[in-house]
Amino acid sequence: MTTFTVAVVSAGLGQPSSTRLLADQLAGAVRTAVAGRGDRVEVITLELRELAHDITDNLLTGFPSVALHSALDAVGSADAAIAVTPVFSGSYSGLFKSFFDVLDRDALVGTPVLLAATGGSARHSLVLDYAMRPLLSYLKADIVPTGVFAATADFGSDEAGRSLADRVHRAAGELVARLSPSAVRTVDGLDGDLGPGPERNPRAARSDPFENLVPFEQLLARR
Amino acid sequence: MQFGIFTVGDVTTDPTTGRTPTEAERIKAMVTIAQKAEEVGLDVFATGEHHNPPFVPSSPTTMLGYIAAKTDRLLLSTSTTLITTNDPVKIAEDYAMLQHLADGRVDLMMGRGNTGPVYPWFGKDITKGIELAVENYDLLRRLWREDVVDWQGTYRTPLRGFTSTPRPLDGVPPFVWHGSIRSPEIAEQAAYYGDGFFANHIFWPKAHFQRLIELYRTRFEHYGHGSADQAIVGLGGQVFMRKNSQDAVSEFRPYFDHAPVYGYGPSLEDFTEMTPLTVGSPAEVIEKTLKFRDYFGDYQRQLFLMDHAGLPLKTVLEQLDLLGEQVVPVLRKEFDALRPSHMPDGPTHAGLRAAAERAAADQRARELEAAGNAS
Repeated sequence: MTTFTVAVVSAGLGQPSSTRLLADQLAGAVRTAVAGRGDRVEVITLELRELAHDITDNLLTGFPSVALHSALDAVGSADAAIAVTPVFSGSYSGLFKSFFDVLDRDALVGTPVLLAATGGSARHSLVLDYAMRPLLSYLKADIVPTGVFAATADFGSDEAGRSLADRVHRAAGELVARLSPSAVRTVDGLDGDLGPGPERNPRAARSDPFENLVPFEQLLARR
Repeated sequence: MQFGIFTVGDVTTDPTTGRTPTEAERIKAMVTIAQKAEEVGLDVFATGEHHNPPFVPSSPTTMLGYIAAKTDRLLLSTSTTLITTNDPVKIAEDYAMLQHLADGRVDLMMGRGNTGPVYPWFGKDITKGIELAVENYDLLRRLWREDVVDWQGTYRTPLRGFTSTPRPLDGVPPFVWHGSIRSPEIAEQAAYYGDGFFANHIFWPKAHFQRLIELYRTRFEHYGHGSADQAIVGLGGQVFMRKNSQDAVSEFRPYFDHAPVYGYGPSLEDFTEMTPLTVGSPAEVIEKTLKFRDYFGDYQRQLFLMDHAGLPLKTVLEQLDLLGEQVVPVLRKEFDALRPSHMPDGPTHAGLRAAAERAAADQRARELEAAGNAS
């Protein structure tokens, strides 16, 4: 049995917030799917509202507070992430974007990420593909094909609610399918897509400049 | 241990009066501040180098040469000299010239600047920042150490039979610090040459700088310049003092709240918690500064930022009185008592000249011995 960590980034501002509601449904579906194959999941939910001042301070000073630092670390070290934003003025919220602005550029390289958004009506649903997907593509995340948009009505009517539950279930399944125990990845060299080589595991490409220090002779020779 | 001040040279509106000093006023104020530093018993004055408003010190050796003439004891330095965009030949010449005028009271700190466009302004490629720092500095060292240089590199036109003039005073090049707030490569560079490493940690939490300095110390030992604890470390600091702590806080708060770099961001209280900034009584400044040693080990130079964010000259001079009279004498005593005897002193021209003479005498003795064995 493997325990995976999933970081949930929820940018809803209301309390309670429908964005958080959707985030919890997605996290619950992931939990069920992981349990279904005999693994465990630890979910860390980050309410960006609680970090809003710290995020702004980080933008202004260039360094994170202790609380924000641990939130950024949680996202960077998670096995997968769920990112959920409300739609503001036709796009993700400014707070949502600001969080990803202060996140290390390499933090999500190769990390499976599920995208979700909430809005007043389904007319905003393309925010998933026209705003969120390019942002997470820039960060080189491994974005699952199904994004989940929940309009206000989806939380009420039977039919729409069932359809939302279906999308939540499908997207969670896609995310969990990407959670492969590293042991499984490395035993079978034939398994090309999930293969063991560091060159095929983009997360291994993330470098800590302190641990991968280039000796000075090489720096001198390289110029 | 050396104590001093470093200035960014910003022209900033005083938020309490709305008054902005002229460039002339700010430049003359920097000179007055340097003279005051000597008067109150500090050891070092360092100026930044910037090529964009609202900063005035674009020509550090002009300013330091003038200050050299007005002072007798003060060590003149930079914070930082742009090793990336300045021609290393001109740095070699300018600072050797300054060495002669100042009777050796000169060292400098290499850095890469704080604004991207400075690279294109001087015809350089910002994506080559580290490479420029590496190549230019290697050439600079040779220009100071070899009378005739043949050189070819990537970022500058080649040199054939070139002699940088004047030669360094007494044949001893100025001591060099490397300043970095981010890059392990620069700590590695400082370690490789056995130069000093200066961590201006005033805007950042300490954990990052502990890593940088630890790396520098480890690599300093690796390259055979001495034990890790003997590596030459300098640290930044930032303080505002009044006799009563609460007076310091209420007087400094408007400057903090509107300051360039961190203004409009975290509260004064949060920022003092997260960074080396101390706003309070001289005793509080002493307590916090002594802790730097716990975090980073014994070190050789402590520079404080005292004159930014629009603080009026009169206030800065009062701050320097407090620093020189009430803080630094105590810090000197405490740090000296804690420092093991095998720790090197802060670098000076006299110290470097004596070391060079010792090395030359050792070399002669070895040669004589070798000649004796051969006969």
